[in-house]
Amino acid sequence: MPETSAPARLSVRKTYKLFVGGAFPRSESGRTQLVDGDNVALASRKDARDAVGAARKVQPAWAGATAYNRGQVLYRVAEMLQGRRAEFVALGVPAAEVDAAVDRWVWYAGWADKIAQVHGGANPVAGPFFNLSAPEPTGVVAVIAPASFLGLVSVIAPAVVTGNTVVVVATTPQAAITLGEVLATSDVPGGVVNVLTGRPAEIAPWLASHDDVNALDLTGVDDPELAADLERAAAGSLKRVIRPTTTPLDFTGDPGLRPMTALLETKTVWHPKGF
Amino acid sequence: MAAAHPHHEGNPRDDMFEYAPAPESRSVVEIAPSYGLFIDGAFDAGKDTFKTVNPATEEVLTEVALAGPEDVDRAVAAARRASGPWSALPGSERAKYLFRIARIIQERSRELAVLESLDNGKPIRESRDVDLPLVAAHFFYYAGWADKLAYAGFGPEPRPLGVAAQVIPWNFPLLMLAWKIAPALATGNTVVLKPAETTPLSALFFADVCRQAELPAGVVNIVTGAGDTGRHLVEHPGVHKVAFTGSTEVGREIAGSVAGTAKRLTLELGGKAANIVFDDAPVDQAVEGIVNGIFFNQGHVCCAGSRLLIQESVYDEVLEALKRRMTTLRVGDPLDKNTDIGAINSAAQLARIRELSDVGAQEGAQRWSPPCELPDHGFWFAPTLFTGVTQAHRIAREEIFGPVLSVLTFRTPAEAVEKANNTPYGLSAGIWTEKGSRILAVADKLRAGVVWANTFNKFDPTSPFGGYKESGYGREGGRHGLEAYLA
Repeated sequence: MPETSAPARLSVRKTYKLFVGGAFPRSESGRTQLVDGDNVALASRKDARDAVGAARKVQPAWAGATAYNRGQVLYRVAEMLQGRRAEFVALGVPAAEVDAAVDRWVWYAGWADKIAQVHGGANPVAGPFFNLSAPEPTGVVAVIAPASFLGLVSVIAPAVVTGNTVVVVATTPQAAITLGEVLATSDVPGGVVNVLTGRPAEIAPWLASHDDVNALDLTGVDDPELAADLERAAAGSLKRVIRPTTTPLDFTGDPGLRPMTALLETKTVWHPKGF
Repeated sequence: MAAAHPHHEGNPRDDMFEYAPAPESRSVVEIAPSYGLFIDGAFDAGKDTFKTVNPATEEVLTEVALAGPEDVDRAVAAARRASGPWSALPGSERAKYLFRIARIIQERSRELAVLESLDNGKPIRESRDVDLPLVAAHFFYYAGWADKLAYAGFGPEPRPLGVAAQVIPWNFPLLMLAWKIAPALATGNTVVLKPAETTPLSALFFADVCRQAELPAGVVNIVTGAGDTGRHLVEHPGVHKVAFTGSTEVGREIAGSVAGTAKRLTLELGGKAANIVFDDAPVDQAVEGIVNGIFFNQGHVCCAGSRLLIQESVYDEVLEALKRRMTTLRVGDPLDKNTDIGAINSAAQLARIRELSDVGAQEGAQRWSPPCELPDHGFWFAPTLFTGVTQAHRIAREEIFGPVLSVLTFRTPAEAVEKANNTPYGLSAGIWTEKGSRILAVADKLRAGVVWANTFNKFDPTSPFGGYKESGYGREGGRHGLEAYLA
């Protein structure tokens, strides 16, 4: 009797789609692109519009959640990311970078209920008035993400911790969509983070000129001409713009407050004092 | 404000005690026949000139140099040369220059107030009691920051950016200059400032204040001119920072023009603020706030409360009280100390106010003004309100920048918030109610940079000012105001 060995089990592959409104749809365009052996979704202009719609719809509720609650949700993201550490390593993200990304979520989680105290406060006006300045989220932020995984986390976390919602254009589809899975299982309301995988030069102009987008983060744009074009398009509705840095990107250091404060508005409220 | 007097049906003015004229003397200010550009610590004549007029009389006040591209080049070069030594001064020394400037402004405040009213058309009571005290206070406030920047929360060693190009509007000429120059100098930047075409004089007098203070040459440069001069300045490759206050339309252009450069940008642009009156508001106080909100400075205020939202249940009562109050407003000679509403700043602005008001009537809103005699010469517009305004009307959507109030109604707080936020602008808003929890809840939901509750149009150098959405970005005033000038 011929010896038979048990057939090797065929593994089940993952289909990399988009992450929009808390769900994982295919691109409405039906397009895919081949990246490292996977047919990943290639987002279109309409996907960008749908993502902005999802981000806008949930933004007031996310901003209206208590800061304590947003901090808890971000900490939950860190927990879920920790649990999927091996998956990111298998995708080629260095283990130390995954660890740094976990720590970054933890760092920002702690900021949720502290940034208003550091960035706002009472103003001693010359008159009988109560006067208080407090930061509020800018609204919907379109982000062109840097290629590194730590970079991706370092542009999403400071935007959402204060109550913004984001539409991220990512060029590293597998890691970005897997991060979407982390977010989808972390009590982050659907639509707070939306991930589009595709070509920034194709999708970003629609986001830069979209009237319902309040801010544009160009950190991940490495072509200065594209960055200038996007900034010009953003001027139409006076979006706040974070320009790409002129120095090489390095996300390992202390991010400082700027990534958060660049996406905050200051509201100042006056009220008379009197008996 | 006009003194209390009995109210009557019909035309209350008939029974009113008339005020005797109470003119401020214009002899306290001496205006030269012509002014040059202030570059590198000295005045020099430009090639071309333009005239500036008193909008209350159309009398030509003086001739001012029109800065061309070469003049802007020279001013930027002077500011760049001055930048190194100025930023290298210890903060405590820069502070003392700013304290000197603040003191000189206090000492010359009467002269500067009269000058401002002559060139701008605003009532002397406002330039004397609001503009000038705030100008001095701004320099005093930022002077104190100059040697404390490491404690401001922008890093342990904040550095200046270099040369700031600053373009300011005509509605608060010297105050907008102070908002721009005081934080720029305190943080170690040097500036080239362009005042508005129709109100160049107080900036030129400020140049003289700088000379009196012995401010080093080139730290402050003033170039006068119109839109082209401003464009040369903000597009100049030698500047590191652009700060603009003015229309949203020009703000968009500037934002587009700095794209792809390393220039930092802050914009303080237009507004269409809602002033929300709830049914439990103290009516008399609210009416004073409504009047102040829209008629202060002839309504030439970017944060003016130009959309009045009244809760339906008190609509009749508030409107009647408002109309009664409007009949007591005194429109006329800006130099008269009893004047409430002065001249419209220019013929062009008057034309825009007239055009939009006509559109308001054509679109079906009901127009009302109190009986009001306007002078024969100069640019004047009677305080005006429109009722029956819908959110679709142009007078509810576009900034009129004049003494024109659009009145809308609402039933619930949620509806008030929705209507208030239904605008691409987001500079300011007003809330009138006696209920504290409602103030805080509504203030939270309004998308506006400044919210005045049971007050309106209050300003202070310690209080950050600036807009959400298309009202611009960045804050002026307070600790926040330093950020725009620090690397």
